[in-house]
Amino acid sequence: MTNLRKLSLGLGLATSLLAGAAAAQEDTIKVGILHSLSGTLAISETTLKDVMLMLIEEQNARGGVLGRMLEPVVVDPASDWPLFAEKARELIEVHEVAAVFGNWTSVSRKSVLPVFEELNNILFYPVQYEGEESQRNVFYTGAAPNQQAIPAVDYLIAEEGIERWVLAGTDYVYPRTTNRILEAYLIGLGVAPEDIMINYTPFGHSDWQTIVSDIAAFGSTGKKTAVVSTINGDANIPFYKELGNQGISAEDIPVIAFSVGEEELAGLDTAPLVGHLAAWNYFMSVDTPENDAFIETWQTFIGDENRVTNDPMEAHYIGFSMWVKAVEAAGTTDTDAVIDALIGVAVPNLTGGLSSMGANHHITKPVLVGEIQDDGQFDIVWETDGLVLGDAWSDYLPDSAVLISDWRAPLSCGNFNVETGQCGGAGE
Amino acid sequence: MLKKLLITIVLIVQGLAVSAQDFEASVAQLPEGGYSDRAIIVHQIADSGDDRAAVVLELLLAGDLYFHKAERIVVRLSEIGDDDVAFDLLTDAEIGIVGRRDAKKIKVNNGLRREIRAVLGAMYLQNPDPDVRMEAAEAVYKSGDPDQISALDAAIVAETDDDVATAFREARAVAVLNSDLDVSEKLAAIVTLRERGGRDVPGVLAAFTDDPDLGAAATTAITEIEDIQKLWNLGQNIWYGLSLGSVLLLAAIGLAITFGVMGVINMAHGELVMLGAYTTFAVQEVIRNEFPQLFDYSLFIAAPLAFLVAGLVGVAIERGVVRFLYGRPLETLLATWGISLILQQTVRSIFGPNNREVGNPTFMSGAFELGGMTITYSRMWILLFSLVVFAGLLLLLKRTSMGLRMRAVTQNRKMAADMGINTGWVDAMTFGLGAGVAGLAGVALSQIGNVSPNLGQGYIVDSFMVVVFGGAGNLWGALAGAFSLGIANKFLEPFAGAVLAKIIVLIFIILFIQKRPRGLFALKGRAVEN
Repeated sequence: MTNLRKLSLGLGLATSLLAGAAAAQEDTIKVGILHSLSGTLAISETTLKDVMLMLIEEQNARGGVLGRMLEPVVVDPASDWPLFAEKARELIEVHEVAAVFGNWTSVSRKSVLPVFEELNNILFYPVQYEGEESQRNVFYTGAAPNQQAIPAVDYLIAEEGIERWVLAGTDYVYPRTTNRILEAYLIGLGVAPEDIMINYTPFGHSDWQTIVSDIAAFGSTGKKTAVVSTINGDANIPFYKELGNQGISAEDIPVIAFSVGEEELAGLDTAPLVGHLAAWNYFMSVDTPENDAFIETWQTFIGDENRVTNDPMEAHYIGFSMWVKAVEAAGTTDTDAVIDALIGVAVPNLTGGLSSMGANHHITKPVLVGEIQDDGQFDIVWETDGLVLGDAWSDYLPDSAVLISDWRAPLSCGNFNVETGQCGGAGE
Repeated sequence: MLKKLLITIVLIVQGLAVSAQDFEASVAQLPEGGYSDRAIIVHQIADSGDDRAAVVLELLLAGDLYFHKAERIVVRLSEIGDDDVAFDLLTDAEIGIVGRRDAKKIKVNNGLRREIRAVLGAMYLQNPDPDVRMEAAEAVYKSGDPDQISALDAAIVAETDDDVATAFREARAVAVLNSDLDVSEKLAAIVTLRERGGRDVPGVLAAFTDDPDLGAAATTAITEIEDIQKLWNLGQNIWYGLSLGSVLLLAAIGLAITFGVMGVINMAHGELVMLGAYTTFAVQEVIRNEFPQLFDYSLFIAAPLAFLVAGLVGVAIERGVVRFLYGRPLETLLATWGISLILQQTVRSIFGPNNREVGNPTFMSGAFELGGMTITYSRMWILLFSLVVFAGLLLLLKRTSMGLRMRAVTQNRKMAADMGINTGWVDAMTFGLGAGVAGLAGVALSQIGNVSPNLGQGYIVDSFMVVVFGGAGNLWGALAGAFSLGIANKFLEPFAGAVLAKIIVLIFIILFIQKRPRGLFALKGRAVEN
């Protein structure tokens, strides 16, 4: 059954890629999928491509959108930033897609922004990011810092009594901005600057001996210490292994990570990681009927009952449902009409609530803190009382505290400066 | 004192009468409230003195306690076959199989786990097993709870093991400092802690530096400990440097042969390392499924296989591509870079893009203390392994006829051919040897990093750096280069940070190469001229 379905899907893809096929083009709505299938990011992005194919297939089984079938158009930007922009252009100009779901890193998103603005199309971006951006053509379904980093710190203060902080990250824009926001937030809470240690490492850093022993020394002053980790990708496992080897357990110095999820833990020896934390808006272990159904569909679709689900997948799930609902409300796939219709749309998320699209193009979600278990899953130890709306411009950075984003008429501005009353503050 | 004893006795007698009820009532309350409420209940359970208290707390710590939604009681889940079976926590009666939604886990977080460990530590102070007592002492030391002083006193009297007794005394010292005992007791405690030394003692004492009675003693103790610690840190840094150096050496030593001896710029070197790591993964996978009892020996099986796999791929690369490109370094660079991409994508297609799990055998897990230094077993074995590989290669090149031929061909190809050496065959073997050694490196690197298709990319630049710095064509150069770069990096890191340290090292190498283009150990003689 699954094989047959896969085959038919594959055939469908093949025909769509063969272009031409003019007859079919008129009655389908094309949806672009811009995720790397090769190169270093393939590890994370291939799954998102698959989940989009699954959602589109499901929607078609329900009769499509506006009475027309959806047709996925998959391109491979190969983890190469300039290629993201080229492929985005190809999707919009050649394939004339109605909307694009894609990107992973902030750099890749920044590289496609001008394309979406110029050609006036819609991008759904499903990954947690550093904020400080709100663009008319982009809908951010991943977490902004106030939907991940800030609540995580609140949890550590309230439940674990943390007084001393190590902000450790990989050296690029997301960790640097997030740590800037966190540092401002912590100092605002009265944490002394000498109780904050900030450390950056190169991509793929593998020798953590010195840094881990520095962290241990930093944490041995009698004040309870935690590590807030924005360490990216492959550098994580050697880091946790070194912590384990040097005998630092999660009970001594807990590490809370923003980039470690189920997919990253899949197939790894998680013994040295048990008890460490992660903050996300979704965990596979969330106990709701919606999530059970989603996992079931996903594992059937992919034909592997060991495949995991993760936060960016849920972001695509929410984003796609929102897009479908907005298109149906607007009665057209016309970009401007859909962008207007998207604001205020509310759809069920997988954690048992309703996520809605804010005027700043960010969505509302709950924030969950989970502890890593020995089976590679997260045990949810804490969650926010209600949903949190993503904040495009952080309130803790002086430059962006005065900015707000509201894409509804008459303001229609992504960076409105409330002090000067002008549209166009710092940043993009 | 007598009064205190009397009160304790009264409390115990009272406790005995009501403890069973208290205990059961406390257990029933476990599912309610937040983590701080649960911490209070944990203490109630411990204080109840019930025989079952320790077991219940252990289960709670392990995350095996659940609230059964239908029965509305606390149960213990244990896995029997593929099913989770619930047992009544108090009566141990079997309730039956539970599904995912029938029971709700009684959650513990890190803070609560610490609390439980401290409580359990106090209960285990007189456990018959010295290892358990040692852990108990550690837990009580960390909690520093003054209520445990009398329990510790009793435990010290009963203790037979000297190490455990010392640990008890140190735990007692922290508890005394936190108590309201008189100054002389506290001063004695500071002396005990000063003798213990180590990283965490200054943290404990720092709270008392402003105390009018204890301040002076605490401050001197802290300075003394920190001075000793500084010396150890120096040793620790050298160790980190050696360990990083050994990783660099392993990654670079194969390249020292293909690039250094043969002059082939092999951009696929990193991928050969990766193949070694994936061989380790494949071997472990077979062992896990077929012969789990052999897991500790997996690396010994994987090492020769990795050498063979990477070596054969190396020979194939040499015979298939590189031999047509000798003397054309640019083309070789591009061709081998292409090969590296092909190898990466092949592995990605076969094993998937995700990281693969390579486990550590027991002898490679954990660490031991050497004075004030922490030495992890995995790093220590890798250091030894790199030296063994180095010595083996040196012997092969200098002491065997195969090595003689290799050196002859690389020094003067024409002359070697005239002497009847099959130079083509020797080229293939030399390249294969370099590739095989890269495979061996992969076995070791799989123990400390990720095993993913990108593994090789992380090491290729470092490897070239070591070979160029050490001096192409000389194995000793690679050794000296790897260890000096490793140590330089580790001494820079604490001041400059990991990113800047790497940049500084690179700039240093660039300047160094300007001064000595042939690296640390330059080859001399006629071979160099061509």
